[in-house]
Order: sequence, then structure tokens, then C-alpha cells
Amino acid sequence: MAVRTEPFVLNMGPVHPSTHGVFRMRVTLDGEVVVDIEPVFGYLHRGIEKLAEQRTYTGVIPLTDRLDYISSMSNNLAYCLAAEKLAGIKVPERAEYIRVIMSELQRVAALLIAVGAFLNDCGAYFTPFLYMFRERERIVDLFEMASGQRLTYNYMRVGGVSQDLPEEFMPALRKFMDMMPRFMDEYDQLLMQNEILLARAKGVGILSKEQAINCSISGPVLRASGVKWDIRQADPYSIYDRFDFDIPTQTTGDCYDRYRQRVEETRQSLRIIRQAMEQLPSGPVRAEVPHLVRPPVGEAYAHIEAPKGELGFYLVSDNSIAPYRCHIRPPSLINLTALRDMVRGWKIADLIIIFGSIDITVGEIDR
Amino acid sequence: MATAGLNIYHLARLQAVSPDWPGGFWWHWLFFTVVIIGFVLTMVMGVIYIERRGMGRMQSRLGPNRTGPFGLLQPVADAVKVLLKENIVPAAADKLVHWLAPVIAFAPALMLFAVIPFENGALLADLNIGILYVIAISSVSTVGIFMAGWGSSNKYSLLGAMRNVAAIVSYEIPMVLAIVGVVLIAGSLSLNDIVVAQNVPFILLQPLGFLLFFAAGCAEINRSPFDLMEADSELVAGFHTEYSGMKFAMFYLVEYAEAVAISAIIATLFLGGWKGPILPPWLWFVVKIILVFFAMVWTRTTLPRIRIDQLMAFAWKFLFPMSLLNMFITALQVLAGWPTELVWVMIIVNIAVMAILVLVWSRFFFRLGGGRVEI
Repeated sequence: MAVRTEPFVLNMGPVHPSTHGVFRMRVTLDGEVVVDIEPVFGYLHRGIEKLAEQRTYTGVIPLTDRLDYISSMSNNLAYCLAAEKLAGIKVPERAEYIRVIMSELQRVAALLIAVGAFLNDCGAYFTPFLYMFRERERIVDLFEMASGQRLTYNYMRVGGVSQDLPEEFMPALRKFMDMMPRFMDEYDQLLMQNEILLARAKGVGILSKEQAINCSISGPVLRASGVKWDIRQADPYSIYDRFDFDIPTQTTGDCYDRYRQRVEETRQSLRIIRQAMEQLPSGPVRAEVPHLVRPPVGEAYAHIEAPKGELGFYLVSDNSIAPYRCHIRPPSLINLTALRDMVRGWKIADLIIIFGSIDITVGEIDR
Repeated sequence: MATAGLNIYHLARLQAVSPDWPGGFWWHWLFFTVVIIGFVLTMVMGVIYIERRGMGRMQSRLGPNRTGPFGLLQPVADAVKVLLKENIVPAAADKLVHWLAPVIAFAPALMLFAVIPFENGALLADLNIGILYVIAISSVSTVGIFMAGWGSSNKYSLLGAMRNVAAIVSYEIPMVLAIVGVVLIAGSLSLNDIVVAQNVPFILLQPLGFLLFFAAGCAEINRSPFDLMEADSELVAGFHTEYSGMKFAMFYLVEYAEAVAISAIIATLFLGGWKGPILPPWLWFVVKIILVFFAMVWTRTTLPRIRIDQLMAFAWKFLFPMSLLNMFITALQVLAGWPTELVWVMIIVNIAVMAILVLVWSRFFFRLGGGRVEI
């Protein structure tokens, strides 16, 4: 006997434990099976792009902190690169190295959160999340030493960084670098072969190579689908061409691969930090830049490999002290384009982990 | 020990007034009702404290430590907080069902303790079908949970409640079958007789039965990794999403009272109940309950959650055949007269059998299944 069923609409979010902020999905369900989803954005819209038009070039930096608020350093870097390109400013050597160290530390911190939150979505009740936070805490301590802030660092400036590293920074960083690989091994032991995690994540939410490219997906999500594309090597910015590191890729592009991809990238980031620490020169950390930067009329686009993917800033100057237009290419938003195709036919529980494995920050989606 | 009448176990043993005598029954009934309610509420407070502190430690944080010495008053603070909250009933809710659900869910958790011995012969009713009673009563709280899910008129609640019913219907079967092994060895359905029969704790004679019962019990009371009914990362809070204030407190109480009840049943069936050297029997009983509960906390902090189809597959493709095999093997052993004669041989054989069965079955016959549905 066939029971007659009909689909119903479940409103997931904006306030829901697993929507990573205030993301909202209208989910059409047939029992437990996801038939369709319709993402709804805009609950965290602050008009950052518009606000940027009324601020000086330096004044925009705190706004970029609030985009993807768990990787503020990377946002700062992307914006400063765009502004420097626009104004033609050369950044001192030491500042470049500090920027690389900071943005790679930021990548480690953000990927730790991504992995922890993904496992939280899998239902591992906060344990992996808090373990990851234990390590992120050390990175945040390092950032606090350098910038005085623990979340919105506002550390980089057009033409360098705001201040030089304090004395205690390098010993603390060295200590962290000694500890971190062991912690990563510990996580691998705990998670890699976990039977339930394998059952939940293997083969779930597969994103094919072609679709990933067609949806212009970037970052770990793209590389987990097997595309070797990393802006640090494909279009080197800052001084990334001086470092020796690999771009790990996975094959299937399922949730498990995305989790593995993030862990592997963390290891590569640690490699880069180690090299940058050894090569770190002395000297000024900030170019001689006037207090109010007035770039010549023109436009510039700079993109970096942020922890979540390609983060780009497009700036237009009309030779005033504020950008005429500031457009942001947010990886979180664009990585979500494939979400609907990835979750259709899976169950609610899978919807949550597929969504979690894409790793978004709503601050960046809504801007 | 000589504090005369106030001593619980002496009172409990006070058989001066026979239960057959008209007044004796009511005295017995009143006394044990009070003891059970007091015991369950105290234990719930205790296990909430243990869970919160234990989880805190396992998650590399401190856990609640501000209220009273070592945070011991945290359950009290929780209770006061939740009682002072506003009681919200959704406008579209079925008011009567919404109101009745916590009560119906809570009653069985208390009723379970009627047949669980705190000491030799110290229990409310030494039913000769004690285990059947336990099985029957423990499913009743499902009704309360489904009422909560249905009455809230919330889709999350309904999904949680439907998952709960599906899970409990499936997990009852391996649970019952896992008990059969114990019953075969003990030769009685009365929980007191089962404890008396445990010269060796049955966890040694029935290791597989213990594992099956523990897993099925965890599923029965929504403990991780089977906590799909209130899966916080998927369904917000499952069936009690729309509950607040006192009614939420009732569900919170149910959750832990059931955890204590299942721990008590496991302690009684497999860990020798009140039996133990030196310490007084009731204390042994409490210690064993806490041990079992601690194992549940441990699994909760360690394992991710499984999916609904995997939950079903686990019940029907793993627990069910395993419990049938366990029953069969135990029956053969009982027929051969092993439990009474060659106890140590049987312990070794059974542990080996458990290891082999679990390994072979999970390797060759069972995969956590499920996948994408074509739309």
C-alpha cells in the first residue's frame, strides 16, 4: 500500500543553530528528503560597499574586518592590495613578510573553525569545535600581541602594516609552530577514521569538477573537487612566489574530501609560515604614504586566496580621498551557488552537513 | 547505623508489617513512592551536574563552577532559571495536547523505578514479570513525546517526534531480545531475582547483550549518537522546540530521569545491581548508575550523530540479527548447563564470541547505508 505524501516547506533560519549566523533557507521537504531549497540572503546587510564610498582609503579597513569576521586579516590584505595597486604604492619587504605570516595564521585559524563547525553540524556535540578553538585561541593571542584586537584586527594599512611586531611575538609564534603539527596529528587520529563521520560524510554532497568550475567556486571547496587552482600560485600576489608549498587536492568532492582538504591546507599554511619566519628581514613596516591617500583616477582589482576562496576587491578612484566605488567579490556567496544542486535528494541531516562543509560566513554574503 | 527509624535501608527492610496485612501495603506503597520520587529527583540533579562538568572537562573547558562549591548548585540554578521563564504556548498549538505531553512523558520515567531493587527485596513491587513491565512502561513516554511534537504545531517538533516514534519502534525489538539472554541465565523475569542470580555480573556472561542493550537504550532515550529526535544542529530542539518555562523543565527532567532509569536498568541487569562488597548495597547501586551514565556522557562528547536511515539500518541490520544470535548462543549455553558450572570458561567464550560476531558482522554484512534519492 502506497501512502500518499505531499511535500511541505520548512523555514530554516535565519535563527537556527546550524546556519552559521543568519542565513535562511526555505526548504521543501518530502518527509526527510530535501526536494528543493531556496536561499534567502540579506539579514546581515550593513551596506559595507556603500559605506566604503564615504570613508578615506584607510577608513575602509575596519569595514573589511567585518566582512568575513573570522578571517579579518585576509580581508585587510585583499583590500590593501587593491588600494596599493590603485595608488601605486610599494610595500616594504618586512611588511610583506608580516602580511604573509598574518594571513597564513589567519587561514589556519579560519580553517580550524571551518572543520570544527562542520563536525558540530555532523552532531559531534561541541567537542571538536572546542578543541579547534583551543588552537585558534593561541593564534588569536598572537594577533592580539600584534594588533591589540582579538576579532576585528584592523592591522594592515595601505602601504604596510599598522605597527611592527612586538618583541614577544616571534618567540610565541615559534612556540605555536612547534605545537601545531602535533595538534593536527591528534585531530587526524580522532577524526580521520571515525566510522560515523565516514558514514555521514563520504559520498555525501558531491560537487563535480565541471560544476564547480561552472559555478565559479573557489577555495578549498573547489580544490576538494579536484581542481588545482590556488591564487597564491595561479596569480601570485604579495610575495607568495618566494615560498615553497604544495596545493593539495582531493578527488571526489564530497563532504569528507572538503574536510580533508581543509586539514591539508592547514599543513601547507604552516609550511609557508615557517619559511616566512626564517626569511623575515628587518626594516620599516610601512611605506611613506600620506595620511590621506589620493590615488590617481582609475580602477584596480586585487584578489587573494582567502581561507574560503577567492576574495577580490574592485576599487574605482576619482582622485578624491574616498573610493568612488568599492566592490567586493565574496567567496562565501559565490560558493553557495552550487548548494541547491548539491543538496537535492539528500536528507535534512545531509543538507546541514553539506551546507556546513561549504563553510560560509554570513557577514561576507550580505556585506 | 543506629540512628533507628530514619535509616532508609532499615526502613526498607522493615518487614515487621507484612505487605499482606491491610495497612502494611499502604505503608509500603507510601514509603517507596516517596523514596522513588526523592531518589529520581536527586539523581537527576546529580547526573546533570556530572554531565555538565564531565562534558566540560572532555571539551577542554571548565564547565559550570560559579554556583556553590565546585559548581554543585548548578542544577538548582538551572531549575530556578527555567521555572522563572515565561510559559509560551504557540497560538496554533493544540492546547490540551501541548499541556498534557510533558506529564505523560514524565510519568513512565518514575514508574520504571517501581520494579528496580535498591537493595535485596527493597523495591515498590517485586513483580514476577518485572522486565516485561520495564519494556512496556518505557515505551509509554514515546506517546508523550509524539504528543509534544504534534501539539506544538511546529514542523521541527513534528519531524523530531516522527523520528522518535520510528526509532523507538525499531529499537524496542533488539532491546527486548538483548534482555532475553539475561533472563535465560537468571531463570526469572523479576529484577530482584535477576540481581540475586548474579554471582558474576552478567556483563561478563553477556558482554554482547550488554553492548546491544546499551546501544538500544541510548537510542531509546535519545542519547548521542542516536539523538536525532532533538538533533540540535538539524531540528533546533526537536520535539520540545516550542516548550518553555515549567513545561520545558519537565522535558528536561524526563530526559535525565530516563537516562537514570536506563542506567539503573543496565546496572540491575548487567552490573549486579545492589551487589558489591564493603559499601552498603544502595550505594553500590548509585555508583553503578553513575558509571553507566558516565559512559553515556562519554559517547555523547565523542561521537557525531548518525542519520535517520542509518539509525534504522543500525537497528534492523546490526542490532536485530546480533541480538537474535546472542539469544540463540545463550540458549545453547543454558541448555548445556554452562552458566552454573563452567562460569569462567563461559566468560572467556562469550567475550570471544562477542568480539568475533561484532567484527564479522560489521565487516561483511552491515554497512551504514542510505544515500541520495532521485527527485
